[in-house]
Amino acid sequence: MKDISAIRADFPILSRNIYDKPLVYLDNGATTQKPKCVIDAATEVFTLYNSNIHRGVHFLSDRASEEYENAREAVRSFINAGSSEEVIFTSGATGSINAVAFSFGERFVGRGDEILISHLEHHANIVPWQMMCRRKQAVLKVIPVDDNGELIFEEYLKLLSKKTRLVAVTQASNALGVILPVDRIIGAAHAMNIPVLIDGAQGVQHGVTDVREMDCDFYVFSGHKIYGPAGIGVLYGRAGLLSELPPYQGGGDMVKNVTFEKTSYNDLPFKFEAGTVNFPGAIGLARALGYLLSLGLDNISQRERELLEYATGQMHSIKGLRIYGNSPHKISIISFLLKDIHMYDTGMILDKLGIAVRTGTHCAQPVMDRFGIEGTVRASMCFYNTHEEIDRLCAGIEKVISMFS
Amino acid sequence: MTVNEVQDAIIEDFSVFDDWMDKYNLLIEMGRDLPVIDPGCKTTEYLIEGCQSKVWLCPSFENGKIFFTADSDAIITRGIVALLIRVLSGRTPAEIISADLYFIDRIGLHQNLSPTRSNGLLSMVKQIRLYAIAFNAKQPPAV
Repeated sequence: MKDISAIRADFPILSRNIYDKPLVYLDNGATTQKPKCVIDAATEVFTLYNSNIHRGVHFLSDRASEEYENAREAVRSFINAGSSEEVIFTSGATGSINAVAFSFGERFVGRGDEILISHLEHHANIVPWQMMCRRKQAVLKVIPVDDNGELIFEEYLKLLSKKTRLVAVTQASNALGVILPVDRIIGAAHAMNIPVLIDGAQGVQHGVTDVREMDCDFYVFSGHKIYGPAGIGVLYGRAGLLSELPPYQGGGDMVKNVTFEKTSYNDLPFKFEAGTVNFPGAIGLARALGYLLSLGLDNISQRERELLEYATGQMHSIKGLRIYGNSPHKISIISFLLKDIHMYDTGMILDKLGIAVRTGTHCAQPVMDRFGIEGTVRASMCFYNTHEEIDRLCAGIEKVISMFS
Repeated sequence: MTVNEVQDAIIEDFSVFDDWMDKYNLLIEMGRDLPVIDPGCKTTEYLIEGCQSKVWLCPSFENGKIFFTADSDAIITRGIVALLIRVLSGRTPAEIISADLYFIDRIGLHQNLSPTRSNGLLSMVKQIRLYAIAFNAKQPPAV
């Protein structure tokens, strides 16, 4: 893998100072920083070929459309989807889940049917299902987790039933970092012909993703969490399933013929892309994926595993620090609390030391309720973080302890 | 002391520190020194919503003036609410309503003022003003 200082040099923001101290960015679970190639992509689009896609006959429109469709192909290849018509651009993972909740709900869910999610879900994979269940008079069921934050698989099997219409689970908990056994989850659901949506918002950026090997029916993720721009996201859906679903938004580009009496919809993927999509975002996302491929996805996984191991070891040795989510299967996230010290106090002082972490419920209130806490401090690392930064985090935590005790 | 005299005194207290850590140490100290609140005030009725840390703000009205006691589960937030109490407790509703809280900006706490900031300084200020407006409405009109 490329040398760490060369990697960091690719991300301009990493060399800036915060309160006169070098930035330590450990909030990658919320959003990742952007490499220069992604930043440059935005300039390139607006300088060289900005134009509305799929509509014009002129040169610029052609070029923009081509770049946009190339971006779709880049995503297809990155997640190894069978065809690019299975890749739909959305506004983000949240947008993707809302789209499925609406369209799938319209087509397949009725009164008394059940949707199954886990106790580890981000609000984005809870609320859209609640809304759909209310609309369809369906029931939302929750797979419990144990004290380490791991999904209780036997309970999941018990919850699967003839009433289950869809299983929607995250690939990894954004609040605790715990990875879910998605292969087994999908296997058990498919044995009963139940489709599965995987929320990859906290999974796709950490290594190789192969939706065909995973065998999921839907896979969603956000661009900004995988080093791309915000406001762009992906919905992968199995073509057979997607073509059965009604569109969730109407507008331009998603239609073939429109009269006031009747409208016929366009083919996949355009049926699900009403209006002018965020094509600069899609192009930026493709650059980000290209960047990750150039580093090597396995290298990224390995480096992040090693960082997690180092950070876990260092933080375990801090007296009074408790880690939530003690599973051996984790993405590079450490969620913790310091004995008697409010997470907000911890976060504020770390901030003043130039260390960016997240505090609060991490948009996963049910997870916090499960552990009887109001929130945690979350350090989320990625491949561009260093041991020195983790050491600075630990020194910062010691400083917090000394200030508040 | 007037509202502005107290604000100036706070600015003076903070002006001796250049370093953020020292400023926060002072806030922590103020948080620790905040008088203990009546346990009866730590109810949802007095809880300020929209804060990542919990803040209870309890008003009482005596001789035309409003007095506040407060608490928070986070010490820095206690320090911030202690500052607000120092400036605004024991004032008439009119004084509170018309107060221009320039000290927040001058001691560098303005970054905590934006609506999305989790400590809810803005919510605290809003709540104090709402109490002042409510008490003001209850008062007999001035002759």
